[in-house]
Amino acid sequence: MEYFVILISAIFVNNIVLAKFLGICPFMGVSSRLETSVGMTGAVAFVMVLATIATYLIQYYVLVPLGIDFMQTITFILVIAALVQLVEIILKKVSPDLYQALGIFLPLITTNCAVLGVAILTIQDKYNLPEAVVFSFATAIGFGLALVLLSSIRESLDLVPVPKGMKGIPIAFVVAGILSMAFMGFAGLV
Amino acid sequence: MNQWKNFSKGLIVENAVFVQVLGMCPTLGTTTSAYNGLGMGLATTFVLLMSNIVVSMVRNFIPDKVRIPAFIVIIASFVTVVQLTMQAYVPALYKELGLFIPLIVVNCLVLGRAEAFASKNNVWAAAIDGLGMGLGFTLALFMLGSVREILGAGSWLGFKFIKGDGMLLFVLAPGAFLALAYLISIMNKVSKKKA
Repeated sequence: MEYFVILISAIFVNNIVLAKFLGICPFMGVSSRLETSVGMTGAVAFVMVLATIATYLIQYYVLVPLGIDFMQTITFILVIAALVQLVEIILKKVSPDLYQALGIFLPLITTNCAVLGVAILTIQDKYNLPEAVVFSFATAIGFGLALVLLSSIRESLDLVPVPKGMKGIPIAFVVAGILSMAFMGFAGLV
Repeated sequence: MNQWKNFSKGLIVENAVFVQVLGMCPTLGTTTSAYNGLGMGLATTFVLLMSNIVVSMVRNFIPDKVRIPAFIVIIASFVTVVQLTMQAYVPALYKELGLFIPLIVVNCLVLGRAEAFASKNNVWAAAIDGLGMGLGFTLALFMLGSVREILGAGSWLGFKFIKGDGMLLFVLAPGAFLALAYLISIMNKVSKKKA
């Protein structure tokens, strides 16, 4: 039951993009095509879960026992950067198909603040390890949901006459704002 | 003259938020009021200024291949400095900005300036560039924060000028997206007219 609440809360109620404003850069950057946003979601889900597990273990088995949890920010970002590189190398070797699909998105993920954000949130909200895994996975799904919604709307927007001053980024933000309003409807669900 | 140009480009012409659309997460997430926007902007400016200076100082010693991780470590160190300082002296603001302070590390603006400018220019120019870009970012956050606070709460910098609530929507998440959309399109219009 507990896990289900975390799942629903992370996907809908506290959607990482539309309610918490994390991961906006890829949200705006790759959301002009549906295909790329699906690829990006896959890569983010993969890295986010791995990164959360890695940073969780480091926080509780290295940083806290040594009493250096003020090093959290530096350590986490390095771990995530290293992890992304590692995943890239392993995927290339083990599963070339998956690498083909996710490859170009992987380097972009280091600067995706959603990954670091989730790693820090897991520590702040004092989740245990299984909860942290569920939370990070659900967050990635929420990210994907928002990305797929926005990109399908933006694809249709190409065919519509948009006022000149609003073309491109501004209209994407308006759409995101309206999506965010829709997601506010989920508030109070959990 | 050249240095002035270097400084002022960050304010309007190459404004990080309105023109380059970088650093969107803190822009949207922290601008519920003008004061919060200002605080976040200044924290980012400090990190940007210091990291630009240090990156520019060490630019000749760092091998090309490991430069990105090295930049990230430099940036993360200054973020930790800001984090601890704010926790000690402005705990209320620190609590309000929350997650977004450690997330300055992954603000693409900071890494972007380190990579695109500081790693190719001398210390003085890099410092000026960092300060200009940072103040441009602060200006944008302050504007967005002001718009949202005025429309949403009917106050400005905590000074209330209407009774009751404003349009609450603008303080909540959707308002951030909408206000930014309109600010960007207005800035587009204004900057095009100038050119």
